[in-house]
Order: sequence, then C-alpha cells, then structure tokens
Amino acid sequence: MKTGFSIFLVAFVALGASWLGFVYGPLAQLGGEQQTAVLQSADNWPPQRTGDTTLGLQVYREFACAACHTEQIRQTGAANELTLTSLGDHKPQEFKDFIQSLMIVPELMNSSNTIVGNLDHWNGDLPVTIYSGEDATVVSALAAKLKPVNVKADARVVALGADVKRGWGLRKSVAADYLYDAPVQLGNLRAGPDLTTIGVRDPDINWQLQHLYAPRSIVKNSTMPAFRSLFEVRKKSDGQASPDALVLPKEFAPADDLEVVPTAKARQLATYLLSLKANVPLYEAPFTPVTAAK
Amino acid sequence: MNNDTTKTIGADEIDVSCRVPLLALFGGAALWLVLGLLLGLAAAMSFHAPDIFADCPLLSYGRAQAAANDLLLYGFAIPAALGVTLWIFARLSQAPLALPIVPVAAANLWHLGVLVGTVAILLGYSTGHTWLEYPRPAAVLLFAAFMLVAISAVATMGFRPDRELYPSHWFLFAALLWFAWTYSSANLFLLSGHPPRGVVQAIIGWWFANNLVFVGLALFGIGIAFYFLPKFARQPLASSGYTLFAFLTLTFFGTWCGVPQSAPVPAWLPATSAFAALLSLIPVLAIAIVAWKTASPAGFSVTGGPFCFVKFGTLSFIASAFLYLSECCPRYSRAVDFTWFGFGVTQWQLLGFAGMILCGAIYHLLPLIMQKELPFPKLAKGTFFFFAAGVVLYVVPLLIGGVVQGLKLRNADIAFADASAAALMFLRVSSLGQALMVVGSLGLLLNILVMTIQWKLGLVKMVIAAVKAPLETEEVKS
Repeated sequence: MKTGFSIFLVAFVALGASWLGFVYGPLAQLGGEQQTAVLQSADNWPPQRTGDTTLGLQVYREFACAACHTEQIRQTGAANELTLTSLGDHKPQEFKDFIQSLMIVPELMNSSNTIVGNLDHWNGDLPVTIYSGEDATVVSALAAKLKPVNVKADARVVALGADVKRGWGLRKSVAADYLYDAPVQLGNLRAGPDLTTIGVRDPDINWQLQHLYAPRSIVKNSTMPAFRSLFEVRKKSDGQASPDALVLPKEFAPADDLEVVPTAKARQLATYLLSLKANVPLYEAPFTPVTAAK
Repeated sequence: MNNDTTKTIGADEIDVSCRVPLLALFGGAALWLVLGLLLGLAAAMSFHAPDIFADCPLLSYGRAQAAANDLLLYGFAIPAALGVTLWIFARLSQAPLALPIVPVAAANLWHLGVLVGTVAILLGYSTGHTWLEYPRPAAVLLFAAFMLVAISAVATMGFRPDRELYPSHWFLFAALLWFAWTYSSANLFLLSGHPPRGVVQAIIGWWFANNLVFVGLALFGIGIAFYFLPKFARQPLASSGYTLFAFLTLTFFGTWCGVPQSAPVPAWLPATSAFAALLSLIPVLAIAIVAWKTASPAGFSVTGGPFCFVKFGTLSFIASAFLYLSECCPRYSRAVDFTWFGFGVTQWQLLGFAGMILCGAIYHLLPLIMQKELPFPKLAKGTFFFFAAGVVLYVVPLLIGGVVQGLKLRNADIAFADASAAALMFLRVSSLGQALMVVGSLGLLLNILVMTIQWKLGLVKMVIAAVKAPLETEEVKS
C-alpha cells in the first residue's frame, strides 16, 4: 500500500463489486417486475391501489408505523397435507384397518409410522389430517388408494412456521407483494404485530379507527400509543352525534356533548390497513387456499 | 511510519491550523449528541407510558426514534469523525490543514442539513427509508458539505512528505470514499422522482445501511483507533501485515452483509449475505489481534482519559461486530429477527463503538487545538464513566430482552401480547442507561462550549487591544 492511488483502487473495486451485486443486480432482476398470476385463479397480484390506500401508505410513512410493525411473513417450509373429509359408508375402525393394510405400498412404507400414528387416538371425528409432511408422493399415493373405496380426502399444501401459525398470513411474503409500495416499509421490529394481512384479520374500518384513537379500548394490554392527533374532538351539532363519529366505551369517550370524528388522514390510514391482505397463493409461495363453502 | 516522529517541529502550528474547522465540527456534533440521546429517551418513554405523546405527533415513537438515530449517526458520529480525520491527516502529513476555510463552511452546511432533516422527520416529512429519513434538501446539504470536507482532507493528505501510507490513511481515506459513494447512490436511487419498483428499494436500503453503519463506521472508527492506540500505548502499531489483511478483508467481505435472512427477496441475496458475514469474522478477528497486541503492553488501568475511551470503543467494535454478523446466521437469526436485539446491536455500534472512540479523540484534541487545558477535566472523566455505564446498561438489556422476546415470538402458542410484554422490563432498565449517557454527553458539550466561548472572548479582547494599541503608538510618534 504505497500510494494513495492503490488504496483508492482497492476501495473502489471492493465497494464497486458490492454495488454491482446488491444495487445493480436486484435492479436488473426485479426492477422491471410486473404483476404476477395468482395460482388457480384468473386474478393478478398485487392489485392496483385506490387513491385513498395510496394516500394511506403516506400516512403510514408519516407516522413511522414501520418502526414497530413489520409487513413481512416468514415461513420455515411447506407441508403436503391429506385431510379426510368423509368416510363414505365405512366405519372408523374399518378404515383404520384399511390404512394399516396399505402400508405395504412402496411409497407409503417410509411414512407408515407417521400415518398410523396420526390415527392412533382418532375417535372418528372428521375432518382429520392423516398425513402432513414434505413428501408429495405420499399424499398422491394415499389419495389414489382412497378414491376407489369411496373415501373423500383433501390434498393441500400448507405453509409452516410460527408467523403462519399465529394466523398472520397463509404464506411467506415475497418480492411481488411490494410492487406498488413507495416507499417500501418492511419494518424490522415487532413491538406490535405483523400487519401483512391485517385487512383480513380485522376487516372492519370502525374497529381500525377506534383502535387508532384508543388502542386500549379494544386490546387491554396493548403497548401501542394512541394517535389522537388523527382525530378531531368537536361539539355535537344539535346534540346529535354525526354518523362518522366513533362509538367509544365510556372511559375512553370525551364529555357527553363532544364527539370524536376521524380526520381524512385517519380514514386514509385505516383504508390502507384494510387493503393489506397478502393471502393469495403465488408461484413462488404456493399453498392451497381454503374455500369457505363446500 | 512512527507516530512519535510526527510530533516534531510545527506540531503546535498544525494543531492550531485545525482549530476553527474542528471547533465547528465538534461543537455541533456534541450538541447533536446531547439532543439525539434526549430524543432517544423521549422515544423510549412511549413504551413506559404509551399515551404520553398521543396528542403530540411530533414526538410519537416512530418519528422521535428515527430522528434520534439520525442525529447520532449524521449529527454526531460523521462530523466528529471528519474532524478527527482532518487532524490525523494533517499530523501524518506534518503540514498544516489545507484550505482550512473550506471545512469551516462545510461544517456549517452540514449542521444546517442535520437541522433541516431532523425538523423534517419530526414534522412527518421523513422519506420512510431506514437511515435515509432525511428528505432531499437535507440530503443534498449533507452530501455537499461532506464533499467539501473530503476535498480539504485529501488535499492535506497530499502534502505528506513520506509517500508511504500509514494504516490510518487506508481506513480513513476509504471511509471518505465509502460515505460519498453509498450516500449519493442510495439517495439518487431512493429519493429521485422515480424510485425503483417494489422491494428493490429495501435491498438498496440494506446495502446502504450495512455499508454506512457497519463498514463505514468501522473504517472511520478503526482508522482513528489505529492512530490513537499506538500513540497512547507508546507502542508501534502491532502488525502492519495483519492490519492490511484486516483492511482488505473488511472492505471486500463486509460490504456484502446486511440483507436479513428472512427478507422477502430472491434467495441468493440473503444467502450471499450469510456467507459474507461468515467471511467478515476474519477482519474482526484480525482487528482484535492488532488492537490487543498494540494496547495490552500499556496495562489496563482505567483512569477515564482518552486512552480509556479508545480501548472501550475498540472492544465495543469487536463485540458488536460479532453480534451484528451473528444476525446473518441463517437458523439462529430466526430467534432474533424483528426483536430489540438488532436495535441494541445498532445502538452499540453507534454509541459504544463510534461514540466512545470519537469522544475520546475529541477530548484528546481539544487541548491541542486550543493550546490550553480542558476547562472541566473532571467532567471529561465523568463522560467516560457515565458513558461506559450508560452504554452497558442501555445495550445489554436490549440484547437479552431481544432474545427473550424472539424465543417467545417463534413459539406460536405464546400470545403475541405476552411476547412483546416480555421485553418491557428490559426496556425500562435500558432507559436508565440512556439517561446516564445524556449526563455523560453533557460533559462533552460543556467542555467544548466553554472552550469556544473562552476562545471567542479572547478574540474580542484581541480585537479591542488591536484597536486601542495603534492609537497610543501614533501619539508617541507625533
């Protein structure tokens, strides 16, 4: 390291390489990203944002909500599940014996302990999961054997991990989810819960607004600060509450002749929160959606 | 090159030539340090009494914390490091500071930029990108000011009589390039009219944060430590070979860390980061060996002087770097992701490492550039003890609390509210640490403030004397 030039060259190459890798590389790979197709559906993901949700994202930025909330779901892996939904005209014990007899099938032999174990303490209630594991061939082999004997079973792909188990999402977050975010606010601290699917979990705008105004009026031990500056406390006109006014429990409500009305910003923020529902299966994060009515 | 030979004839002149620019840089830095720590404390209050700022959005947690972090990094660490860099370059060149007026103007521009940025964040005009919260006008001011200081620093470096570079040269010169490149690149991409689509923004943000807060601060801090450790220990820097090795591995491997393992991005990015983090253990170990070999012969007495600051800072670098790199470890990171752990590591890097080394350097430089003793030497020692205790009390609970919270978070059977409540007791203790650091930083501010006022009064007296003096002599002549 004799000269200033050599040190400049070394530093330039070192930083330049990482710039190429971590700035130019992702730009080349993801910079031209478009909407992607939702699996088993004609829809595209993510949907375009409406005006209010776009403005709400800016309110989210303005109040730095991302300091305490993440918008990203982690997933440890995925499992192929086979769930029994109908036994046809078979008895539970008869079915158990039938499953036992299937365990000589080559594809099932390695998983026989798991499958039989799942049914050990089964008392005949449906639905019951008979297999949940990484091996998709087990599921297809089992399903193939069950079909001819008129036993109905659902084969599903489910995401695994604590975040999914908490009900915060059905799959991990992927790059495509943030296509229309500017700025992208992933967050890196969970002082509050993840918000990736808050629009599915708490889809009522009045719930959201009341929670912003007085978090502890809904969640008793919440550590979230109240954002009262997003609301206007004003006198009721003619003693009548306006239709927009929040309906608050007594200890959180202002005096009787006053009412709490959300400002435009509060509505935009709540609308944005309701728009957060990243729960559709994608190619890079597949799962089998549960269709409510069967 | 030997440090002792730099203090030859003219050392005083060199020190005095740095006086005004360094006072401008350090004075503002000390003020921002106090304000940053106070804002951090105010932000933490939201966890002790959630509704305390419910009607005052200015100080709501997210805004106050972002403003506090930026004050510590942009307000304190970088201008202070630039000031020390200017002085080290001048001393190593055995020449007075080149273009001394330029860094004075730059310091004022810089502090103006920090002021604009901080007010903007508190008013809600943050950009929403971590570590890049300052909106465009403030970012432009900071960048322009930085380039001006860098010009003066590089010009001073060019005056060196001996073409061979001292290790501090490598680190500090690279640090100048680092900030200029990362800050301009990240701002151009993220704050331009057409930012890249989607998650690329976050990736650029991680690249920037890693290269500024981890690599950039390491270059500045270790460059400064490798100048002062030999000086204070009266030993030559232990091994030039190891130092060069550390420099090369840090710049080549450290630059690729930073993408979190859980990030919703193509898998090659976190995988590269994990591998780079593994390799980055090498420079951290090499720096630890060099620092140990250089400083340990001088003994381990803790007197609260500048040497103690630098030793504490170097230790903090090694420890916080290990923890920072551990966050990139694929499996283990699941336990500490999204908890107070990462926050604690960053605060340790900012305050325990950069903050400590810079405070020590400032305390060492103040008497030299002012050519007089510190007005409150006891407060200087107090700064060390309050800061050391404060950093430990602030960071250690955050780290432990983060792991406790993380272990509960990843067990879905434990309710989320219980997991986040588990961290609350740790946050209470860490706020005590913040309060101690505020007290310590006041010592630094008072020392700089009083010295500046004394110096300005001296200037006024000189002017008055100069105005009076010629009249008398003329009378005598006539």
